Amino acid sequence: MSEATFAETLAAHGLALLKAKADCLQVNVGSLCNLSCGHCHLEARPGRTEVMDRATMDEVLALARRAPFASVDVTGGAPELNPDIAHLLLGLGPCAPRRIFRTNLLALEGRDDLLGLLADGGWGIGASLPAVNAAQVEGVRGAGVFQRSLEMLRVLNARGYGQGPGQGGRLELHLVSNPGGAFLPPAQGPATRAFRQALGRQGIAFDSLFVFANVPLGRFRSWLERSGNLEAYLGLLRQRFNPEVVCGLMCRSICSVGWDGRVYDCDFNQAAGLPCLTAEGETLHVRDGHGPEQGAAILVGEHCFACTAGSGFT
Amino acid sequence: MDYYNPLDLAKFGDIGKNAPEAANKFFAYYGEVFAEGALTEREKALIALAVAHAVHCPYCIDAYTNTCLEKGSNADEMTEAVHVAAAISGGATLVHGVQMRNILDKKTL
Repeated sequence: MSEATFAETLAAHGLALLKAKADCLQVNVGSLCNLSCGHCHLEARPGRTEVMDRATMDEVLALARRAPFASVDVTGGAPELNPDIAHLLLGLGPCAPRRIFRTNLLALEGRDDLLGLLADGGWGIGASLPAVNAAQVEGVRGAGVFQRSLEMLRVLNARGYGQGPGQGGRLELHLVSNPGGAFLPPAQGPATRAFRQALGRQGIAFDSLFVFANVPLGRFRSWLERSGNLEAYLGLLRQRFNPEVVCGLMCRSICSVGWDGRVYDCDFNQAAGLPCLTAEGETLHVRDGHGPEQGAAILVGEHCFACTAGSGFT
Repeated sequence: MDYYNPLDLAKFGDIGKNAPEAANKFFAYYGEVFAEGALTEREKALIALAVAHAVHCPYCIDAYTNTCLEKGSNADEMTEAVHVAAAISGGATLVHGVQMRNILDKKTL
């Protein structure tokens, strides 16, 4: 007997995944990256050519000005490597009260210009750091990455990030951790305490930690297949399906724009090639001038089980 | 037939089929033991991993290797836990040598 699909699992619990008000504009500026992390669902790496151009950025800015969002979230790849990133950040800055810039930390090395722009613009930082153990971090991201990540966190702290309210307002520093393999992450509370203790010993402060399950797409899925872990991992995600997190899933409230301007319901659907649809079933492009429609159905796939496992991806 | 089949781990609950009351009490106790208390769930999982090695239980090693990872432990911590089990197991063997010595002292000139 075949396993229930995600859609069937939702239906069995009397649930439907429908778009709520899209109050977060997430902009993926491309899959070009300085790292090739083992858990990357987008297969970002050096040499990728899918990079958002300035014309598409202007369409994003037009949307952001027309339909105000509560938050904007710039991600990649490594967004630092987009040659027009400053143009996007300067334009987006006034469009939302909350602004988050995602970084793998290493791509910020030597980018004082960009750091200054982020700090001056009140952009929060969402920094990925899989673990506080060198072997675990470097197993995911490559040799030598751990100490360099810590060093960049110290640089961010020195700039006022993660230090609580200061002159000119609070500069938020959030860490994002994914497990280093085919297992689920620890609960956020204990993981935060462990990170705070370990990084505190290194003189590093941060505001909060978010722990997320690895999504079986892209490079991580290839590794699951090669290592013989795919079936067991998918089984684990299904087994831990938690219907209570469905209504708070982030895909319900995000307008996720891909490097070429296509609109998705989340970054994972972007990787899976599942577009955001209007109520009439049409795909959406940022140049259409409006975000996802409230009440529209969200396309789902097997990967969605990663966001509903345990405490979920909200 | 394999004596140890990884898929059998998921059938642990079947042990209650012919003695449900005892099994229910055991599983309730088990759940209580592993809940966060004076020790964290992560610390308890590391202890369980060490004991699993000491009692040579492949099901428990499978279960608690995965649990330790999910509770946020790393390979250094888990390996140290197994060494603790090995030290206590080895020490338990060696300390019985005192009984051997007592008998040797009594029986030999």
